[in-house]
Amino acid sequence: MAEATIKPLTLNFGPQHPAAHGVLRLVMEMDGEIIERADPHIGLLHRGTEKLIEYKTYLQALPYFDRLDYVAPMNQEHVYALAIEKLLNIEVPKRGQYIRVLYCEIGRILNHILNITTFAIDVGAMTPILWGFEQREKLMEFYERACGARLHAAYFRPGGVHQDLPAGLLADILTFCEQFPAFLDDLEGLLTENRIFRQRTVDIGTINFDEAMDWGFSGPMLRGSGIAWDLRKSQPYDCYDEIDFDIPVGKNGDCFDRYLVRIEEMRQSQRIIEQCIEKMPEGPVLAPNHKVTPPRRDDMKRSMEALIHHFKLYTEGFHVPEGETYTAVEAPKGEFGVYLVADGSNRPYRCKIKAPGFAHLAAMDYMCRGHMLADSVAILGSMDIVFGEVDR
Amino acid sequence: MNQALLDLGEYIASALGEAITGTELKNDELVLWAKPDTLLKVLKFLRDNQNCQFRQLAEVTAVDYPSREMRFELVYCLLSLTHNQRIKVKIAATEEEPVDSATSLFSSAIWYEREVWDMYGIFFANHPDLRRILTDYGFEGHPLRKDFPLTGYVEVRYDETQKRVVYEPVKLSQEFRNFDFSSPWEGIVQLPGDEKAEKEKEGGAA
Repeated sequence: MAEATIKPLTLNFGPQHPAAHGVLRLVMEMDGEIIERADPHIGLLHRGTEKLIEYKTYLQALPYFDRLDYVAPMNQEHVYALAIEKLLNIEVPKRGQYIRVLYCEIGRILNHILNITTFAIDVGAMTPILWGFEQREKLMEFYERACGARLHAAYFRPGGVHQDLPAGLLADILTFCEQFPAFLDDLEGLLTENRIFRQRTVDIGTINFDEAMDWGFSGPMLRGSGIAWDLRKSQPYDCYDEIDFDIPVGKNGDCFDRYLVRIEEMRQSQRIIEQCIEKMPEGPVLAPNHKVTPPRRDDMKRSMEALIHHFKLYTEGFHVPEGETYTAVEAPKGEFGVYLVADGSNRPYRCKIKAPGFAHLAAMDYMCRGHMLADSVAILGSMDIVFGEVDR
Repeated sequence: MNQALLDLGEYIASALGEAITGTELKNDELVLWAKPDTLLKVLKFLRDNQNCQFRQLAEVTAVDYPSREMRFELVYCLLSLTHNQRIKVKIAATEEEPVDSATSLFSSAIWYEREVWDMYGIFFANHPDLRRILTDYGFEGHPLRKDFPLTGYVEVRYDETQKRVVYEPVKLSQEFRNFDFSSPWEGIVQLPGDEKAEKEKEGGAA
């Protein structure tokens, strides 16, 4: 009997699907169970952040960065604050730098816990997410105690951080760090040697060095393919050059390696947090330049000049001299950059946000081809996609 | 870092000759100005040359300057992992002239250029799949252009009688307010009324 030729089946995945990690619509052409082509349709969460930022003052634009990658909000604010500081040429006091690094690493743990546990649920493990969210809750309490908000912090400001940490917070973070390795061991006990988890992730979505470079990968996606590249080490910002930590790299560049890299990064983040607390100097947290940073509340009660500064800052905002910069930080998902063009006014002329997830998702088609349908979920999970930053 | 970038800029400019129309070093960041017709040659050189090895295209974006003759500035941000350096390549572009697509050199350019097309309407020649990417299906216009209003032209809502989502022209309950923050006292050489005094002086002298 002659073989019948079957037309490829077009399968629509998402945008309302729990494994789509938000609002991804994936149109796939299937040959039976095999994916022949995957076409991600993004933009369902597009809010026009870059356009909105052009119509806001520099300080008003800052909270938009929390809403990009809402899993680790402070890491996004960090790059924006750094870009403005570069254009204004202001120095952040040491204590401000240490607080920022401390909170960036808390953000990294927040992100990796969410990613690993949702990845696990995508490939069939239910328990990690229940355990992971308990830890996330503790970390978000630290966010809340520092800035009053669990998610949309708006804590990092050009020139430092908004307020100093309340008394006793550092001791509590240290207590968290003491119990955290036990949680990681438990998490690894559930996943690393788990036969089902390994069957679903080992040798799935493999990407080698050249492909990772070609597709513009960064962060754990790049390190999973064996490239020891981390902006915290290679182009250190704030006080990362004073802190001792290691960069984990993978070997095979598959989903499992990316998982292992993220687990190890959490252990390193915990090390960084402990060092930050140990080395945390006393002193101001905001640069004393009151043309950019707001004056202290009690100064405003007594000083006319402070009052004028405050009024000018919160109505007109500060002006940034003409210039442009591409500044990038190592966000949990990869290289998060901002291309800021200033025209001398109080509003950014152009603010392009480079989201790591965008480049990763662009390679979805390439990585999925020839894989089974169920593998696309594992690949997507290991990419660590958050639609807030991909769609902007 | 600064000196190394300066040397690199000079090296690239001398190696590529006329393809590079200018180099700038601002805020410790190197910018190369290229011409649209030789853009791919420049990018290829930057990617493959041993002294450059900018093997990662980190970003492609554009900036709109409506007052310029070539209104768009197209920016390619490249990253070299080997030399730990960043570089920006810029060209001027218009909405009529297509720009050669960099997708043959960097796969990551596929989506970056789709985004630039979507947001600015700069057309890329030889792009394998130049569709809109971030905006809605059936969207018209290019939202990041400076002449595109912040509020857009259409808004959507679910219509209970038609049982579907309908598009309607934007109705603003309050006029869009664009505050002018430039101080009226800065940049004015002559205060209003002063010209009379000047005239009198001139008249007196004459």
